[in-house]
Amino acid sequence: MHEMGIAEQLVKIALDAIPKDIQNPRVETVHLKIGKLASVVEHSLTFCFEIITKDTPLEKARLDIESVPVRVHCKSCDQSWEVTGPVFQCPFCEDGDVEMISGREIEIISLELEETS
Amino acid sequence: MEIKIQKKVLEVNETEAEKNRKFFRQKNVFVLNMMSSPGSGKTETLCKTLARLMPGVRVGVIVGDICTTNDADRLIKTGARVTQINTDQFGGDCHLSASLVLDSAKKLGCDDLDLLIVENIGNLVCPAEFDIGEDARAVVLSVTEGEDKPLKYPLMFRVADVAILNKIDLLPYLDVDRDLAVGNMQKVHPRMPVFEMSAKTEEGYEPWLDWLKLKVFEKTGKGL
Repeated sequence: MHEMGIAEQLVKIALDAIPKDIQNPRVETVHLKIGKLASVVEHSLTFCFEIITKDTPLEKARLDIESVPVRVHCKSCDQSWEVTGPVFQCPFCEDGDVEMISGREIEIISLELEETS
Repeated sequence: MEIKIQKKVLEVNETEAEKNRKFFRQKNVFVLNMMSSPGSGKTETLCKTLARLMPGVRVGVIVGDICTTNDADRLIKTGARVTQINTDQFGGDCHLSASLVLDSAKKLGCDDLDLLIVENIGNLVCPAEFDIGEDARAVVLSVTEGEDKPLKYPLMFRVADVAILNKIDLLPYLDVDRDLAVGNMQKVHPRMPVFEMSAKTEEGYEPWLDWLKLKVFEKTGKGL
């Protein structure tokens, strides 16, 4: 539901990162990392991105999204594991003080610019 | 040509949230972010909470909704200072952002408060993603929503520090397993305190109030 806000931030960061000395820059790909537990629907994000990048150097750029697995660590027994469902109980000590190591990222990693001759 | 960036997309909000934390530290006020789906009973829970906490604890409330001042109108009757944010002026946002909260906190005035409660917009998804510089997050789940909501919306229950299972007065009329609802919250967030209570009858209120008063005291040295 807040993908438009995320797309707006994303576009702002990407536009700021394009060197000012490049004439008519065109971004081909935007590489992102999005955690599986982040509240982002890829389809909605792509849809919003397409709308707001019209007439900008990001128009028609592809969003390449790397999905980051949810990994957690149990502070009680020091084990780490990947969570694939909504259950965060420690499978080793069955209780535990559990912290998330990854899975909530919404990060912009890099841009690929079209080569200019 | 590749341009490396490596930045958090929500960095702007996170920077604003840090400003809020600094502001709230300076004002020596404990800030609770209260979240839930629409209709779980956040406002009624707060009305009863405020009535029992004040005047020993001085409380202010920022309440967020897309439209109407209905919730602020109810909360103001408790005698607390209340300000309403309507996000329809900002595109109907589904959550409160850190900067909106800071503007409202300044408008409300925090100098004479021990506790500031932010009643977030009713939504089990988006508010979980946006840090507002709070000290603790509470999620309210009402028994009428069904036992499986923590499993369907895990991020909200992961980021919460405490949960309220509300409307337990309705249990005799529902096919809802109270223990399963609590168990599902603790599957998502082991060790999270869960207070089973009814905002209507005020059954089960004491442990919740004790938790809140202790948190306020731990940060501010006030209110106990």
